[in-house]
Amino acid sequence: MTQKATTTLKNEALVDEIVTMYPPKVARKRRKHMVPVAPGTEQKIEANARSVPGIITQRGCCYAGCKGVVLGPIVDMVHIVHGPVGCSFYAWGTRRNQGRARKGGQNFLEYCFSTDMQPDNIIFGGEKKLRKAITEAYEIFKPKAISLHATCPAGLIGDDVVGVGREMSEKLGIPVIGFACEGYKGVSQSAGHHLANNGLFERVVGRDDVETDKFSINMLGEYNIGGDSWEIERIFEKCGIHIVSTFSGNGSFAEMAKSHNAKLNIVQCYRSINYMAEMMEEKFGIPWLKVNVIGLKATSKSLRKIGEYFEDAKLSARIEEVIAEEEAAAEKEIAPIRERLEGKTAMLFTGGSRAHHYQSLFKDLGMKTVVAGEEFAHRDDYEGRKVIPTIKIDADSRNITELKVEPDPKRYNPPKTGEEISRLKEDGLLSEYEGMLPDMMDNTILVDDITHLEQEMMIASYKPDIVCSGIKDKYIFEKMGIPSKQLHNYDYSGPFAGYHGAANFARDIDMRVNNPAWKMIQAPWQKRPMIKAEMMVETEKEILA
Amino acid sequence: MLDQTPKKVVEREALRINPAKTCQPIGAMYASLGIHGCLPHSHGSQGCCAYHRSHLTRHYKEPVMAATSSFTEGAAVFGGGANLRQAVNNIFHVYNPDIIAVHTTCLSETIGDDIPSLVNQARDDGLIPAGKLVIHTNPSYEGSHVTGFSNMCRSMVSYLTESSGEKKNQLNVLPGFVEPSDMREIKRILRKIGAPAVVFPDTSDVLDAPQTGKFNMYPKGGVTLAAMKTTGDSQKTLALGAFASEDAAKMLQTKAEVPYEVLDLPIGLAATDRFIEALVELTGNEPPASITDDRGRLLDMMLDYQQYLYGKKVAIAGDPDHVIAMTEFMVSMGMIPTYVITGTPGKKFTLKIKAILRDVNPKAKVKAAADFFELHQWIKNEPVDLLISNTYGKYIARAEDVPFVRFGFPILDRTGHSYFPTVGYVGGMRLVEKITGVLLDRKDRDDPDETFELVM
Repeated sequence: MTQKATTTLKNEALVDEIVTMYPPKVARKRRKHMVPVAPGTEQKIEANARSVPGIITQRGCCYAGCKGVVLGPIVDMVHIVHGPVGCSFYAWGTRRNQGRARKGGQNFLEYCFSTDMQPDNIIFGGEKKLRKAITEAYEIFKPKAISLHATCPAGLIGDDVVGVGREMSEKLGIPVIGFACEGYKGVSQSAGHHLANNGLFERVVGRDDVETDKFSINMLGEYNIGGDSWEIERIFEKCGIHIVSTFSGNGSFAEMAKSHNAKLNIVQCYRSINYMAEMMEEKFGIPWLKVNVIGLKATSKSLRKIGEYFEDAKLSARIEEVIAEEEAAAEKEIAPIRERLEGKTAMLFTGGSRAHHYQSLFKDLGMKTVVAGEEFAHRDDYEGRKVIPTIKIDADSRNITELKVEPDPKRYNPPKTGEEISRLKEDGLLSEYEGMLPDMMDNTILVDDITHLEQEMMIASYKPDIVCSGIKDKYIFEKMGIPSKQLHNYDYSGPFAGYHGAANFARDIDMRVNNPAWKMIQAPWQKRPMIKAEMMVETEKEILA
Repeated sequence: MLDQTPKKVVEREALRINPAKTCQPIGAMYASLGIHGCLPHSHGSQGCCAYHRSHLTRHYKEPVMAATSSFTEGAAVFGGGANLRQAVNNIFHVYNPDIIAVHTTCLSETIGDDIPSLVNQARDDGLIPAGKLVIHTNPSYEGSHVTGFSNMCRSMVSYLTESSGEKKNQLNVLPGFVEPSDMREIKRILRKIGAPAVVFPDTSDVLDAPQTGKFNMYPKGGVTLAAMKTTGDSQKTLALGAFASEDAAKMLQTKAEVPYEVLDLPIGLAATDRFIEALVELTGNEPPASITDDRGRLLDMMLDYQQYLYGKKVAIAGDPDHVIAMTEFMVSMGMIPTYVITGTPGKKFTLKIKAILRDVNPKAKVKAAADFFELHQWIKNEPVDLLISNTYGKYIARAEDVPFVRFGFPILDRTGHSYFPTVGYVGGMRLVEKITGVLLDRKDRDDPDETFELVM
């Protein structure tokens, strides 16, 4: 434990206290990443900036955002990582993006593919080995498509995974899509999301023209952690809303190729997939709508927004029926649990969107979020899209290509008139995200790219009843005697989305917060001042001597 | 499960599928955690540090603290010197460890950052407080996580070992890339025999720390810098496991003229016998009765359950030192290792396994630098009765319905490994319990009602 981790200061005083622990330059920098929330005022947070070396950040790399987050969940592609073996190894099955083979199709989620670069590949170049690896993968598995992912050393020695991909596509007659997602690009996983969006948009979306239902949508930014996508699908199907494709939980190359035929894109994880939503609107005319399917009220609100978009009385009526039925069933399960959780507090440290989404769910449980933050969010995730024009593009973001997108001459086919779409945009229904900050309460703190020191001091001060974060810091909190819940991979449970998910989450949080074992940390003899002895016996130390 | 794996084995030259190894820096990070008051530091992109911390945490279910140089594209082009200097300054200022153990990554190694010069410069510029240390290792791309572990052990010697000119009445013991529980058991055996020793690295009381309600960034375990210093004055070094420990022992000999002996990891009865014998020879002490009793209890278990073990075909996958010892143990119980692989490259491995299997199963398939995909294909072609490997074997075990014992690194889906050893006689007993457990559970599952046994 660091020296001053026992502070009782809150809010602004706490933030000011924390930065005194840093060297002055670091203090100035980190201060801008922490916002003591003052509702009703315009507040600004620094985000998507470089982490301070040595500070103990929770962030990962560009490759993790590209392969690990966006591409990896696609079940019917072989994802080959071009690099030394570790990068692929660590992304093998650890994120819990679940998936199933489609009828007669393939599922590669249980597999890990790597070119396992060796010193001679680094010295003489690795493209030859990459080509060979692609050929071997094709011969063994005959997949419908292959993705290639560059790692740090592959990029440094100049191996061109994008070029090799195009070359091998022609040779093999299947899409082989290269992603130049070297770990050092950008400042976090976020750069990798953007690159992944670009590659999928250019090489996959728009390949397959089909007719779709009246109420057909794509679910963007939903990764099927712990089966979330399946719960969302269940609810949508019940309402009569058809999902054409999901980006990318339980994703399918074949389904993504049809995604441009949908009538609406709904966006769950805005951070990782907003690029796709924007580009699909520009090229195909599909509007997008931000949803949140984490939390009872949030899910219902999202369904109503979709109903509002389609402007169909029958659909809206059906949505209301589903909401009434599902909310009642979930509420029946949650109500007794809420009695045990009411008034308790949580801290949320997640990736790019969940610290916002889960505040809704905690509210459903009667719990308050006292500190929240993301690892790799941008300012618009915190402050809303209104700040986008004011975000300065720095050197680290500039080298991630912004695709120039134009309406597709054949496939640009907006499902509504220009006037209707403009009206829905003005109403704040379409193309809008207000960010996390407006939903946070007084006397709370918003933190971007939180450091270990900041976590320790904020926990010491706020003494939350639960901290939700990831695997790296989970056991730090638990060693402090505070229950922890992983919100990256859900601690091997789930789903937590939708109505069934909300009830699951309630049970899960109850189990952690009210586990009787937490009361047993002190041994009986640690609770009393002195031991009275009736017998004279040797201690272990004396026996050993 | 693994439905895309064809039965037909095709020779692959370039594509690694379902690796049975991972990369070097995670081993270096693990070894660094076995130094008291140490913060491991990953000199590279953030992802490496995040992945290594995550994976070690998944295995130990414990905090794994480490920092990163947070390379961006600029650092990748112009070198990571400035990042390392900032990191060192910030780490000492904010987190105040006694020592920072830097390991390079593929990135910093490819661009060729010269860590010793950078560290010296940082010291000259006052970024390293008096009495504080920064050590480093270049894990390199060659080998595996075991190589990275071995390289950090060697760096501990090259940076921290000193010779006072006066020999001390003690041994050095390099326990290898084993669990905190194993290091604890090795120390217990040393104490029982009366062999004063510096055991390094030592992750007991670091990665098996108790729940106290208080987080301690530098837990009480780990070899102390004071103890490390004295390793140059020790009488001898015992290196347990050639792949993980020999390089550091060799370095001790070169640097401080401490002779060394390489032993197998003391897993199984015979390998533990050799470890005890080496200690007896060095100390002149007879093992206490309690150790001989432990041995007798292990042998008793092996014999009591021989009918369920004898002749059973086993596939073993894992790290070379572990697999070598385990193969010998299997043979000593009359089992037949049929497929024996490691992901780590090394001819020594295949030679040694073949020697163990010469009289038992000369036709066994033995391969270094192998992967789980190929092992699975072998099993598809000719099944085995038991699979022993790290957690990643569970996919094969499920696909082929093979009884499965988790052993080695990493174990991501069960508890116990960091608390209960597999080394020593006591560890051997745990292995027999686990192996007979899965074999007998299988028998109970498959036996028809009329031959379902009450007593086994």
